[in-house]
Amino acid sequence: MSENVLRVTELKRYFDVSKPLLNRILEGGGRQVVRAVDGVSFEIERGETFSLVGESGCGKSTVARLIVGLYHPSDGDVEFEGVSLGRPASRARHPEKQARMQMIFQDPYASLNPRWRVGDIIAEPIRFRKLEQGAAVMERVGELLKLVGLAPRDAAKYPHEFSGGQRQRISIARALAGKPDFLVCDEPTSALDVSVQAQILNLMKELQKELNLTYLFISHNLAVVYHVSTKVGVMYLGRLVEWSETKTLFGNPLHPYSRMLLDAIPDLEMSGRARTPVGGEVPSPINPPPGCSFHPRCPFANERCKSEVPAVLSYGSQHVACHAVQEGRLPLWRDAAAA
Amino acid sequence: MTADRLRAFFDGDLWWSFTRSKVVMGAAIVTGLLFLAALIAPLLSLQDPWDPGSLQLMNSRNPPVWLEGGTWEFPLGTDNQGRDMYSAILYGLRVSLVVGFLAVIFAMVLGITLGLASGYLGGMTDTIIMRIADVQLTFPAILIALLIGGIVRGVMTPSEFESVAVYVLVVSIGLSQWVQFARTVRGQTLVERNKEYVQAARVVGLPARLIMIRHVLPNVMGPVLVIGTINLAVAILTEATLSFLGVGVPATRPSLGTLIQIGNGFLFSGEWWIVIFPGITMAILVLAVNLLGDWLRDALNPKLR
Amino acid sequence: MATDRSNVPLLEVSNLRVEFATRRGPLVAIDDISFSIAPGEVLGVVGESGAGKSLTGTAIIGLLEPPGGITAGEIRLAGRRIDNLPHDEMRKIRGKEIGAIFQDPLTSLNPLYRVSEQLIETIRTHLPMDASQARARALTLLQEVGIPGAAERLDHYPHQFSGGMRQRVVIALALAAEPKLIVADEPTTALDVSIQAQIISLLKRLCREHGTAVMLITHDMGVIAETADRVAVMYAGRIAEIGPVQDVVKRPLHPYTTGLMGAIPAIGHDVHALTQIDGSMPRLDSIPRGCAFNPRCTKVFDRCRVERPDPIPQGRTAVACWLYDGAGR
Ligand SMILES: Nc1ncnc2c1ncn2[C@@H]1O[C@H](COP(=O)(O)OP(=O)(O)OP(=O)(O)O)[C@@H](O)[C@H]1O
Ligand SMILES: Nc1ncnc2c1ncn2[C@@H]1O[C@H](COP(=O)(O)OP(=O)(O)OP(=O)(O)O)[C@@H](O)[C@H]1O
Ligand code: SF4
Ligand code: SF4
Ligand SMILES: [Mg+2]
Ligand SMILES: [Mg+2]
Repeated sequence: MSENVLRVTELKRYFDVSKPLLNRILEGGGRQVVRAVDGVSFEIERGETFSLVGESGCGKSTVARLIVGLYHPSDGDVEFEGVSLGRPASRARHPEKQARMQMIFQDPYASLNPRWRVGDIIAEPIRFRKLEQGAAVMERVGELLKLVGLAPRDAAKYPHEFSGGQRQRISIARALAGKPDFLVCDEPTSALDVSVQAQILNLMKELQKELNLTYLFISHNLAVVYHVSTKVGVMYLGRLVEWSETKTLFGNPLHPYSRMLLDAIPDLEMSGRARTPVGGEVPSPINPPPGCSFHPRCPFANERCKSEVPAVLSYGSQHVACHAVQEGRLPLWRDAAAA
Repeated sequence: MTADRLRAFFDGDLWWSFTRSKVVMGAAIVTGLLFLAALIAPLLSLQDPWDPGSLQLMNSRNPPVWLEGGTWEFPLGTDNQGRDMYSAILYGLRVSLVVGFLAVIFAMVLGITLGLASGYLGGMTDTIIMRIADVQLTFPAILIALLIGGIVRGVMTPSEFESVAVYVLVVSIGLSQWVQFARTVRGQTLVERNKEYVQAARVVGLPARLIMIRHVLPNVMGPVLVIGTINLAVAILTEATLSFLGVGVPATRPSLGTLIQIGNGFLFSGEWWIVIFPGITMAILVLAVNLLGDWLRDALNPKLR
Repeated sequence: MATDRSNVPLLEVSNLRVEFATRRGPLVAIDDISFSIAPGEVLGVVGESGAGKSLTGTAIIGLLEPPGGITAGEIRLAGRRIDNLPHDEMRKIRGKEIGAIFQDPLTSLNPLYRVSEQLIETIRTHLPMDASQARARALTLLQEVGIPGAAERLDHYPHQFSGGMRQRVVIALALAAEPKLIVADEPTTALDVSIQAQIISLLKRLCREHGTAVMLITHDMGVIAETADRVAVMYAGRIAEIGPVQDVVKRPLHPYTTGLMGAIPAIGHDVHALTQIDGSMPRLDSIPRGCAFNPRCTKVFDRCRVERPDPIPQGRTAVACWLYDGAGR
């Protein structure tokens, strides 16, 4: 049962954001490289929902894009159903694998071509992969529309005739058209209202069960992540600092940054718990701090943290990159302490 | 489906903004009439101005009908070769419009192709195309026309050249205009390329060529049409200028510009009609097309609505 | 509770109606809404996208643009009617008495001027200060909104600030003249939770220390629950429910609010599926007869399809729903 669908090993992606060569010569200043993703490894099993969380700019979307092939890795590998897709050449050699992964985007307005009819949008992967021929194409489009809660006659309409939530349904239908078994969802509900968000999240869960889909889910709404995922990974400045089962992570986070993140969640219950803002400024991914990149903001930082990058180590089912955890000098988490 | 589209069009904002402005409607009607006149010129004209056999020198320099010595045979008078100005203008309109249209279409196709490739592929392709564009901009249309004309003239006999003169013009004017299309398309493509629907198509696995043609192209056509319309007016004027300078279409098949050039020589000897009537037609045509272009630009610009 | 501190409302909106003139006739975007905010009080405004939240805020700060306009009702600030003031006078009130924080910090800051220049200009427009006093105040403001190293940062350009810092600069601008009312339209939507928490605590402190009234527009119920004293839930241009935040969050009355609360996932609550409200909010040009929510309402009955409910008081809350009409069904 626990078959790995996706394995990401030491994935890296650097972006060169230096000024043009001429400007560098005239005005000085060296090359500037953004380490958007800097050595990320994790695995996703079939039928799971693996979520990535973390501050804005920590590299979540870049990981997603590396996996579906919108970016090529600077280093490391993406292995999908046992086939390595890290290098562009190997990805090109396996179009059948590429076809089995799809992506759902954040902006329901920009993710559908405004000049195309909904039917043609959804039919594109079917036609391109020649999954159906002739009239069967539109029949399949009708089925897909019904699957996501729209009507087959909506195929004749243009995207602007739909609301944000309905467009996101259309995006899902398009993603499902190529019969994928792995979906990358980059903040699929961030642009939607809570009530519409609930519709989409429910739909995604139903589809997952029905079609045995595997999700990589990205969001910075931790409550949404808690609701949908089976495993959660916390990213900080291009690195995965902790990952484990959802319940474990929310119940007993180990990494100091995970703890800060959970402390900053707004409290709907109004239990009176003061929300603790994460202190300090987000460092720049151009010149990340040496050692553990979280050390300038970490209350448990010591000399070792400033020089040595902590490796991801396993503690039972939890995977954490932190010296304090390894040295056993981290205090208990609030909930765990109370229990 | 087509009926649907038509209904959607007449229901849409474009048609609405069109019907709201009297000036724009006037310009559209004038443009339409001029196009029509050019199209059915043989039916409307009184003589075939391109047939040297039908021209008689004894009829040369006749004044328009309402002046002393004018006849209904030549309502707008005749030129120095006895050509009926009215017929010559209809045929000249034809030449001017054909040259204008072909030049703009040539520029459009070239500009869109290079602009799409430049914007979508980026990198070296982009750099090379844009540098060529920069160089291109330093050559005015007249220089290109002279250059190409000179080369073609060198390899062909004069009569052969006469038959291809129109194409030389089209290519010269087209070459002077493609940069504008290419830059606009490139800019729009850079915007569209990063939109998520293009990335979705990439994840589906569509090759770049198909993405450019099927997805990006339809979404960059709005501004292209606007530039196309405005450039039609420019192309017609450029053709006139080139013809006026004597590097345009041959005098045996005169365009409006050629007519103006011919007439210019007689302006001070009192035969003003030879230059004035083609001149007025030209001015009206260019003005009307320009007004349409301006309106299209405003109507398609969501910020001004 | 701040609400009890004063019964004289600072802002009073009564029967406000905003319409857009279109070629197919007027579109009613805000339909007869009334509410008030007391000094030191935070009123949260929530609702689906397109419900009219921003439009209400824009109407109050007097920045509605044609074809939109106020066609009925009144807006009073400290008893003075401000919805019919001439342009010039409204501009003086804006900034001086009402501060506005817009959703997109990039558009509210001019990229061509240093942050200091923009702050000092705003301060000197509204307060009688010379350049050096204004600069000192600008520095204090930046420190107050929690910009680290404010003294060095003062003379930077907006693009040299991160997103969260820019949003704080916008807040500093809104606070420059110590306004009595702040209209904050989704001030934290573009920010991640950590910075969001900083800004919320800043807003709360202002209310406490300066008695500033805040109209906080957002669709994040978590932010509302934490910050607001009272909350107004908007649906299709009307107020569906308005009342103290504890009541609305813990015991929602209006079927729409009930659905909304159920739709929010919560950490620690394991539900298989979230409650969802089927369908979507009607467009302005096709708002159904009777209660605008009736096609999606699970409790709909005949009267809902004919008559439009006005807010009906229920304790400290007012609900626009026929279920709560004493004369009832
Ligand atoms: N094409 C690019 N060129 C240069 N830098 C980039 C590029 N794409 C991303 N980056 C940088 O890489 C870092 C990670 O970006 P990414 O979009 O992955 O963040 P994210 O975690 O998805 O953030 P958010 O929550 O805001 O979406 C950022 O610092 C960003 O500026
Ligand atoms: N210029 C305009 N012309 C026509 N309708 C408009 C215009 N501006 C806004 N509207 C309409 O007014 C309604 C209310 O818009 P408003 O911006 O107040 O919504 P909102 O509640 O703030 O939504 P969001 O959460 O998306 O910001 C919307 O249905 C919108 O379509
Ligand atoms: S490694 Fe050190 S600095 Fe990094 S999170 Fe752990 S304790 Fe903090
Ligand atoms: S008035 Fe009727 S339709 Fe409207 S919310 Fe109440 S019960 Fe539902
Ligand atoms: Mg992202
Ligand atoms: Mg809004």
